[in-house]
Amino acid sequence: MNENNPVVSIQGATKVFNEGGTDRVQAVKDVELEVYPGEFVTLIGPSGCGKSTLLRLIGDLITPTSGGVKVNGKHSKQARIDRDYGMVFQDATLYDWRTVNKNVQLPLEVMGYSHDDREKRAAKMLRLVQLEEFANHYPWQLSGGMQQRVAIARALAFEPAILLMDEPFGALDEMTRERMQLELLNIWGQTSTTVIFVTHSIPEAVFLSSRVVVMSARPGRIHAIIDIDLPRPRGFETREDPRFFERLTEVRECLRAGESGKSHVEGYK
Amino acid sequence: MTATETTFNFPHSILSAHRQRFRRLLPAIGLLLLGLLAWEAVVIIFRIEGFLLPKPSVIGATFQDQFLVVLPAGLFTMREAVGGFAIGSVLGIGIALATARWTLISEGVMPFAIAVNSTPIIALAPIMNNWFGITNPFSKMSIVALIVFFPIMINTVRGLRQVDPDALELLRSYATNERTVLLKLRIPNALPYLFSALKIGSTLSVIGAIVSEYFGGTREALGVYISQQAALFHFAEAWSAIMVACFMGITFYLLVLIVERLVMPWHFALRAAEE
Repeated sequence: MNENNPVVSIQGATKVFNEGGTDRVQAVKDVELEVYPGEFVTLIGPSGCGKSTLLRLIGDLITPTSGGVKVNGKHSKQARIDRDYGMVFQDATLYDWRTVNKNVQLPLEVMGYSHDDREKRAAKMLRLVQLEEFANHYPWQLSGGMQQRVAIARALAFEPAILLMDEPFGALDEMTRERMQLELLNIWGQTSTTVIFVTHSIPEAVFLSSRVVVMSARPGRIHAIIDIDLPRPRGFETREDPRFFERLTEVRECLRAGESGKSHVEGYK
Repeated sequence: MTATETTFNFPHSILSAHRQRFRRLLPAIGLLLLGLLAWEAVVIIFRIEGFLLPKPSVIGATFQDQFLVVLPAGLFTMREAVGGFAIGSVLGIGIALATARWTLISEGVMPFAIAVNSTPIIALAPIMNNWFGITNPFSKMSIVALIVFFPIMINTVRGLRQVDPDALELLRSYATNERTVLLKLRIPNALPYLFSALKIGSTLSVIGAIVSEYFGGTREALGVYISQQAALFHFAEAWSAIMVACFMGITFYLLVLIVERLVMPWHFALRAAEE
């Protein structure tokens, strides 16, 4: 994979909130990371480790205090203007006043796609997430898992280069969550999108990812990057594979090491 | 499977929905009838004088008798209420949209708006009579407009501002401009806030029109009729005019409710689903 040029390249990104105030927080410090085309990269770490901040830095929803983010060689702001990002949040964030179909069309409307093109793309996306029958339902008539599938369809409707997902399955029950992970892998396999995914679930990270980025807190920094070489396509049997448990253990130990490491590095700063 | 089931059940479910709604209304209708009977009985048993509290039956008869006087009076006052309501809402919505565009306006204006909203604007009625002329309907309309302006403006500003941060971030990730945010997110988000203010406003506007007519106005006005009849101890006449006023208030409210349903069908279905 590494022979390609990276899609995302984070160069010494640092983000400080409330600089100069008593509530100054160094959310992310000196992060270096490269993500390659078609990769599924997960950011994992304890709460407050800056994984969501890092995701927002990549998406140019916040600007770094120092350092920078390049997307396909462009500044992240230009990438946002070029509509390179699809976003999925923990809450589906669907608009109550729009039907499922119209929610999926929202980015297309904003970006000036023609009516026919919008309808065609939305239909295709709803087929992809298997919700064609619910096109004319309102979001609140759907279950949490279905709403999140609509959010994914919406994020992919304009074929962005990168899908940024901030704990998208965090609010779902365990069974729905595992099914959604499988569906996401299917969709990812069909679209060849690069995914950057934030989670605090170790099994979720291992099951989904090509690489897991383990972060430690205060200040948020990358502690280790673990390759997940489990074969694809992955399915329910993957979760019972001994290698799955090996990776699980590896990530867990890494997280623990990252946590104990923080006290003597930055504890009294 | 689901689709066939729904079509099959459709006529049946509509019927039962109507029956259910009627059944839900039954206690209210019963209580109304009981209340009127008790009123009638109390007046007879305690021999309350007609000028203190007329019997419902007498009020009913007077209403029939005075129908051709109180109804045109009601329509006259209704015109003032609706006119003032229209002026107040257009201004309220317009200024709210301006504050969404220029935050400085909102920061400057909102504290005053909230302060003025909690003052009795009706107290200005004699002033407006003086400014616009006691028989000029605009003196009443301006009071109504002032009364409805503030809640409508304040609520609309809230609705425009209190959007889900994630929903806002989503649009930012599409690199949209502020105009798109306003059209696609802020305005639809503000509609429920706006309509709850319009509903309050519809009731307030009828109150505002009638009460400001108590301070003087043309003889065709309902408020003037009520205060004159009361001064002459013609309380059955006053009560029958009050009935017209109640009817006006309820009708206006229901009209706004219907418009709300047409503008935001999703909101109604959502509320029904939440119940």
